[in-house]
Amino acid sequence: MTSRYQAPFAETGPTPIDAELSRKLLDVALQRGGDYADLFFEYAVSGSYAYDEGILKSAGRFVSMGLGVRVMKGDATGYAYVEDLDFEAMKHAARTAAQIASGGHAPPPVEVTLRTHPERYQVGLLSLDVDGAEKRALLERADVAARAADPRIVKVDASLAEEIREILIVTSTGHFVRDRQPLLRFGVRAIAEENGKRQSGSSGGGGRVGLEYFEARSPEFHAGEAVRQAIAMLDAREAPAGEMEVVLAPGDSGILLHEAVGHGLEADFNRKGTSNYTGQVGNQVASELCTVVDDATLMGSRGSINVDDEALEPESATLIEAGVLRGYMQDRHSAAYFQVRPTGNGRRESFRSHPMPRMTNTLLLAGQDSPEDIVRSVKKGVYAKKFGGGQVDISNGDFVFSLTEGYLIEDGKITAPLKGVNLIGNGPDVMRKVVMLGHDLEVSDGIWTCGKDGQSVPVGVGCPTIKISAVTVGGTQLG
Amino acid sequence: MQRLEDLLQVADEVVAAAQQAGATVAEASVRSGRHLSTKVRLREPELVEEAASRSLGLRVMVGQQVAVTYTSDLSPAGRARLVEDALELAKLSQPDPFAGPPDPSLLSRPEQHVDLDTFDATMDAMEAADALARARDGEDAALTYDPRITNSEGSTFSRASGESVLVTSGGFRGTSHGTYASLVVSPVADDADGKKRSGYHWAAKRHLAELADARSVGEEAARRTLRKLGATKIASTEMPVVFDPDTARSILGLLASCVNGSSIWRRSSYLEGRLGSAVASPLVTIVDDPLIPKAPGSRAFDGEGLLSRRTVVVEKGELKTYLLDSYAARKLSMESTASASRGSSGGVSPSTTNFVLQPGAMSREALLAGTPRGLYVTEMMGFGFNAVTGDFSRGAAGFLIENGELTRPVSEVTISLNLDEILKRIDAVADDLDLRTATASPTFRVSGMTIAGR
Repeated sequence: MTSRYQAPFAETGPTPIDAELSRKLLDVALQRGGDYADLFFEYAVSGSYAYDEGILKSAGRFVSMGLGVRVMKGDATGYAYVEDLDFEAMKHAARTAAQIASGGHAPPPVEVTLRTHPERYQVGLLSLDVDGAEKRALLERADVAARAADPRIVKVDASLAEEIREILIVTSTGHFVRDRQPLLRFGVRAIAEENGKRQSGSSGGGGRVGLEYFEARSPEFHAGEAVRQAIAMLDAREAPAGEMEVVLAPGDSGILLHEAVGHGLEADFNRKGTSNYTGQVGNQVASELCTVVDDATLMGSRGSINVDDEALEPESATLIEAGVLRGYMQDRHSAAYFQVRPTGNGRRESFRSHPMPRMTNTLLLAGQDSPEDIVRSVKKGVYAKKFGGGQVDISNGDFVFSLTEGYLIEDGKITAPLKGVNLIGNGPDVMRKVVMLGHDLEVSDGIWTCGKDGQSVPVGVGCPTIKISAVTVGGTQLG
Repeated sequence: MQRLEDLLQVADEVVAAAQQAGATVAEASVRSGRHLSTKVRLREPELVEEAASRSLGLRVMVGQQVAVTYTSDLSPAGRARLVEDALELAKLSQPDPFAGPPDPSLLSRPEQHVDLDTFDATMDAMEAADALARARDGEDAALTYDPRITNSEGSTFSRASGESVLVTSGGFRGTSHGTYASLVVSPVADDADGKKRSGYHWAAKRHLAELADARSVGEEAARRTLRKLGATKIASTEMPVVFDPDTARSILGLLASCVNGSSIWRRSSYLEGRLGSAVASPLVTIVDDPLIPKAPGSRAFDGEGLLSRRTVVVEKGELKTYLLDSYAARKLSMESTASASRGSSGGVSPSTTNFVLQPGAMSREALLAGTPRGLYVTEMMGFGFNAVTGDFSRGAAGFLIENGELTRPVSEVTISLNLDEILKRIDAVADDLDLRTATASPTFRVSGMTIAGR
């Protein structure tokens, strides 16, 4: 079906950008002697719906369009962007970016040809094309379900965010690629109150999917999860402090892997020698139970892409195999430096920013243990169920993660819920301490956004149940 | 200024178009900006980025149904789409009895808007070559400071300038403009055990001429990186914690989110129902002041057109007020504190301006000297804060304080305590306030927190 939302620069748009026009701009970009140039056209429309206190309180729609021009000369990048897709304005941007190169010969004119790519998005009904009243109804269902679930729920809000990002990338290596990237995110938050104590719970999901998403994961499902979490946390007690065994629940715990290992395997840090994984390819960097992949091909996942923001087709890249480091996530620049094939991990937030090696869907693959056996093996420890987010120091792998839902494990059983707990440790160290791995690999429902150098991109994470023999738990109860 | 006049004209036209299309309230904000960012790594240029941008945000109400729209496409077609989308969405949203524009009698007039000296007319003239030279000087100072500095994440010099206007159907018309120049230097050192330690330091000013010398920024970045060498975990314990100005302002930022009127009516703040009671130690006075000349968060009027004013939020430990826009004020039956902030995408919510913990009388050195044993925190990691309960637990790094002196570096520990208790246990506030950031704090000490380590 045709969408109401189509880029003006699309083939059938009012002002199409074709190979001929692109070639002219690339010639301007390279006229000062740059080694490589690309054009990144982007048209992004997003919508937001905020349901709060029983009504759709506000709705919004946001349109952003422009062209980013990049010119590379050696390790240096010139970048300029314009929001006005008038030829003279685009030419000015190309000239500005070209300045990074000075001298040298202008290369011969560039020839570009259209490339096609596989389809990894699962969209029947693009959310943006569906009547707003239907989306309002989905939010209302979540609100009603959450309120009805438990009398202790005192506040509910729900939100839906939708996006279509249409891109056209043309490179001086001859690529001419178009892609339309949909994105959907639904979330519910509930606040429970009892005896003067108050706790919140939340649940969300989505991905590169259409509104069919709700056939498998209903608004009521997310409402129920948010309520369950808020109610469970009402009984939360102070968490222990100190080093102990930790079991990570499947799915969302993959965010720990994303932070603790993933970022250090982005090739730019390794090209610069500032990652703790620099020079470690071929070495044992994790327990032999661990195989880690970055997989852009998962159907409909939030981090999946048909083509990266440098016109390359990403696949599933094995980063760590049975504990041995196999390679990094590359963009064009780092791949040229390491003299390897680019892995299609060059991503950027928008036409306003230059690409960098970024993760897509980062997964720790399944092991052989049953999740029940893993919990049963812990005498005293913490079961980490939901994470609020995390952060890592790339240079040495030190990380911190915040749990939004965690439990004590006592004598092999999950017992009391714990108040705001942090896990703190070192990525490579923790990966060596993975002592059991479940057979229950889960990919997180799509909620995660990764930030790097001020640029945000949607990502996916996933893992099975994981047992780590020792991590520092940052609670308040000593001893 | 011609630029401001052009933006005002766009905003006037959009407000008129929205009203004509049926909006009972229409508020348009138009922004334009220019920036140059240059990065040097290991003394070679790595990035030169230059661009100009414009954006248009609209909030409309049809009765009490609200919608917001945004576009970067300021062409006539783009503006028409913006207005059409806003009206379509307003009809979809449902009547909110508290929605509405601010009371017209509270709107400020242009002649009341003070000049806060936030604009440096020379900023845009700075060329890429000059910016690259400053970035290179900063990095060079760090690289040559000590042989243990072995690598660099680079050095970035940026300049930015911009202007914005707000026009509302209630009769408000206001303009503002600002500039910013900054330098950040990020060296890397090799530790004895093969671990890498990265550190950084930065400077930023509204006026180019007032920016710290690039070499001094680089040298400080090197010192901050080197002092982390040899950092280790310490055993879990409870002890006093001293927050340096960087981490202290991060704690202050958590409090800012909890005094935000929007968090209060959303029942998402542990400070709900606490007005007039003690929420911090008597040493704590916190002021939100938009009227400080040249400061990062200064503005003459708020996002709804109300005249900016200084607001004492916490006075000697007592919570005096929440920060309110007119919506939060109506929800809570209070008066707006002129704290409305209008995001680039058109939405309005309360926010801080320059949110400052007032300095004490003692020097940082005296504060440390009066701390026999404790943890001096210079970095925090992670997001371990629950605003609903105040529970706080974050990763931390810094130094052990022994006999009033910083001794060995510490990393990979967490510090935990409920924020309410953290603020109540502040037993010393130093005088080293630097308004480099909009949320700013001097060094302070908390009498005891749980440290989780080995």
